[in-house]
Amino acid sequence: MAGIIGYGAYIPRNRIRTDEIAQQWGREPASIRAGLLLEEKSVPGLDEDTITISVAAARDALARADVDPSRVGALYIGSESHPYAVKPSGTVVAEALGVGPEYHTADFEFACKAGTEAMFVALGLVESGRVEYALGIGADTSQGAPGDALEYSASAGGAAFLFGRENPVADVLDAVSYTSDTADFWRREGEYYPRHGGRFTGEPAYFKHVLGAARLILERTGIPPADFRHAVFHMPNGKFPLSVGAQLGFRRDQLETGWVVPTMGNTYSGSSPTGLAAILDEASPDDLILITSFGSGAGSDAFVLRATERLPEVRDRAPTVRAMLDGSRRYLSYGEYAKYREKIRMNS
Amino acid sequence: MPSPRYTRDIPARYRLDAARCSACGHVALPRRTICSGCRSQDMEPVRLTRRGTVVTSTVIHVPPDEFTTEAPYAMAIIETPEGARLMAQVVDCQAEEVVPGMELSLEFRRIRREGHGGILCYGHKGVPVRRHEA
Repeated sequence: MAGIIGYGAYIPRNRIRTDEIAQQWGREPASIRAGLLLEEKSVPGLDEDTITISVAAARDALARADVDPSRVGALYIGSESHPYAVKPSGTVVAEALGVGPEYHTADFEFACKAGTEAMFVALGLVESGRVEYALGIGADTSQGAPGDALEYSASAGGAAFLFGRENPVADVLDAVSYTSDTADFWRREGEYYPRHGGRFTGEPAYFKHVLGAARLILERTGIPPADFRHAVFHMPNGKFPLSVGAQLGFRRDQLETGWVVPTMGNTYSGSSPTGLAAILDEASPDDLILITSFGSGAGSDAFVLRATERLPEVRDRAPTVRAMLDGSRRYLSYGEYAKYREKIRMNS
Repeated sequence: MPSPRYTRDIPARYRLDAARCSACGHVALPRRTICSGCRSQDMEPVRLTRRGTVVTSTVIHVPPDEFTTEAPYAMAIIETPEGARLMAQVVDCQAEEVVPGMELSLEFRRIRREGHGGILCYGHKGVPVRRHEA
């Protein structure tokens, strides 16, 4: 059976508090925090992007797996903030990791679910026997227009998962995808910021697809929600994943470990994958885990995993998500944030 | 940096691929075929660990145009446990905090952008060792 044999995550050290953004735009901080359940979010450094985040996360995945990078036969990165419009992020990341040159790579884009797309394809190639090991990475330095609701959540970070057949830290019991053409959120070619359909991003988009994928995989595996130790759903804000979890019949304690959004923000393609990494940081052998992503446009991927005896053995080979969220941080003013996110027009 | 030269530097910049002299032990980054210390041609490949110590540093207040938004920033000579030395920016801290003896991890970062439409150049920068990594 194929499974995850190594995992890693990376969250930049810069943060901005919800209150700082709200005050900039004359909004009431307490109501924003209560409405979105967001306290702060990560911000990429001036020298951090999807490529650097992917390298950091994937290095930790390889360290935990203790696999020679030259044996990795495929590497996929899902992001909606690839630094180049034409030139793959994957080639830079592979060179930095020591992967290749005999490997297959591609950059994926599907709004916030591009990371699980990369994982889905990496898993499939390992299951088919086409490659021995495959990396699936989700990372983003996501964009939110100034003053838009997205500005409170759009953050930076990512997670990487190395799939293989031997010595898994988590077996993958099943994986499904649930997709329809839904124009809830988009960014046209050449546009700097995404646009969205406001409340239309809720029921007809996020909830329809997350519920669709989660119900499909629960039915296929025959595992009831109560049997899972952990579940993580895409986290565009704090409320949606808790709400969709409750609708599916999950208790709050099953959602707690992967619910990293209140202090991380929405890392888009890295969102539910980083939640999964946080779960693997704490899960016990035989724990059942459900991850369901969501990407606008729209679709969801869902995976059911079971942690193995090896998971606790490899965990300490790299920093945990919680250590990165709660460790050394640097808080930015809105002015510094605007500079870091290149929202200020400069003479060039 | 023109893209052909940048591409040729990838092993050293992306992976810290260096060479150690079998005769005198000198470590060269990037790799050399002849030892700069003893002229031996017996150089073996070695990949540096991504850790280092600040040997000396300075703070750049008047940077080249493309680094304007980063100033003031610290540049340091960093020695790795293998004895190789490289010059790199030290980031994710206040520039004046960077002093000799400071322990760093070497992280993969974007070094510069070649103008508005040119290539993106990546490599390693020093980052003070985080508490949970110490």
